Amino acid sequence: MLGYTITQWLFGILSFLAIMFALMVVFSRNPVNSVLYLVLTFFCIAGHYLLLNAQFLAVVHIAVYAGAIMVLFLFVIMLMNLNQDNEPQKNIYSKLIAGVIGGLLLFVMVGALRGTDHLEMKRYGHPDIGLVKNLGQVLFHEYLFPFEIVSVLLLAALVGAIMLGKKELK
Amino acid sequence: MLEFVIYKTIICVVIFAVSLGIAAYSTWWERKFAGLLQDRWGPSRAGWAGLLQPLADGGKMLFKEEIIPNVSNKFLFVLAPGLFIITAIVAGVLIPWAPPLKIGDTFYPLQIADVNVGVIFLLAVTSIGVYGVMIGGWSSNNKYSLLGAIRASAQMISYELAMGIALIALIISAGGTLSFSEIVKQQDEGVANIVWQPLGFLIFFVCALAETNRAPFDLAECETELVGGYHTEYSAFKLGLFLFAEYINMFVSSAVMAGFYFGGYNFPFAHEFYDKMGWQEGSWLISLTGFFIYFIKTLIFISVFMWIRWTIPRFRYDQLMNLGWKALLPLSLLNLVITMVYEYFRGNLQF
Repeated sequence: MLGYTITQWLFGILSFLAIMFALMVVFSRNPVNSVLYLVLTFFCIAGHYLLLNAQFLAVVHIAVYAGAIMVLFLFVIMLMNLNQDNEPQKNIYSKLIAGVIGGLLLFVMVGALRGTDHLEMKRYGHPDIGLVKNLGQVLFHEYLFPFEIVSVLLLAALVGAIMLGKKELK
Repeated sequence: MLEFVIYKTIICVVIFAVSLGIAAYSTWWERKFAGLLQDRWGPSRAGWAGLLQPLADGGKMLFKEEIIPNVSNKFLFVLAPGLFIITAIVAGVLIPWAPPLKIGDTFYPLQIADVNVGVIFLLAVTSIGVYGVMIGGWSSNNKYSLLGAIRASAQMISYELAMGIALIALIISAGGTLSFSEIVKQQDEGVANIVWQPLGFLIFFVCALAETNRAPFDLAECETELVGGYHTEYSAFKLGLFLFAEYINMFVSSAVMAGFYFGGYNFPFAHEFYDKMGWQEGSWLISLTGFFIYFIKTLIFISVFMWIRWTIPRFRYDQLMNLGWKALLPLSLLNLVITMVYEYFRGNLQF
């Protein structure tokens, strides 16, 4: 089909959908709709992981981001924003500043990515590294220490959240 | 390639049809069972022993007037029941219904998709199931619906944790595989996982009751407090889809329990039995027997779900949350630690 393989077609379609939904997150007026578009974006990204043969990462991505974090977002928005559909309009200065900063970020990104199409892509490890068996081997042998450090970091965040959530400290 | 497409299409269609049929006749069986427990007949007018009752109910739902509330978000309102029923059906793709069938020289597994991260896929799909309820409750623009939706989703999220940890213990004692078909295959020596994981099964079972929003955890549709819960504003076939999805969920979770903890299509002395009958591996007779065994186990679990519904009164909301967070979660962690210590001394775990 037009000289592309099925994988390339899937990559193109998924990328288009991911970018479109990401834009819809920003442009939709209703915060609940924004959250739902963000969930769709996450599904597209999970599709990209599947194309990279990283099934474990894809499923965990859906379970954690779409299934847990976004549900909590939806919870908060539904409870906070029951009556008003629209956010109040910001004044002209903050819009101007946001535009300038966004433009600068775009400038930096374009500058950084310019000329990268000559770079060679390198594949690290073997192509089945994303399967859960191989990933577990690598994670618990080569990268055991960073893995444990990350889990301690998450524990610290958890304890911090509980401390903040407590009404009174003794 | 064509062969593969035909084979997958047949399996998808058959499993889809069977799921819907079982879900429909679960409603009939639920009423008959309630009648049995409450000393009355149950449905008896439509067809012999009320067997046409599900069709009559479906027809009634189809021809009722459909009301879409004026103020709600119409697109999401229509989307929600569909989303709920799709997530209910999708979980069923993992279930290996029978031993592989041999046609010609190739073995065809009787399962829609053998995902090698099956257990996590199952958890992901159950967590996606929350969206149907939440979107439905929110877009109804009704306080009762919203409260029902929030109750339902809070309950589903809370019980998912204990369920996940119970499943980790199961994976450890099943030899470290995440694939559903391998978990079932690994039990074919006649020892089901329930022997190694009695506490884990109990936790999983309670969590499955809560995840499917069944009694005694059906607070989301508690009539005395919330009118009809998250589907208060729904009518006609959209309401039907919500109610129907509950039965599909029940069917799938019964099949999952039968497969994870009770050996799926295996039964004690299966190999001896097959040898005695002289059936070769991959013969259609073995597949058929396995399928019937699995099916009967699933139906028993569905009946247990119903038995519980008509026996145990509904929990209060704070009791539900206390049970989930203060009883089931610590218990599942304890079960995980016990399993790890046990498997370490059996020599199955290395550090």
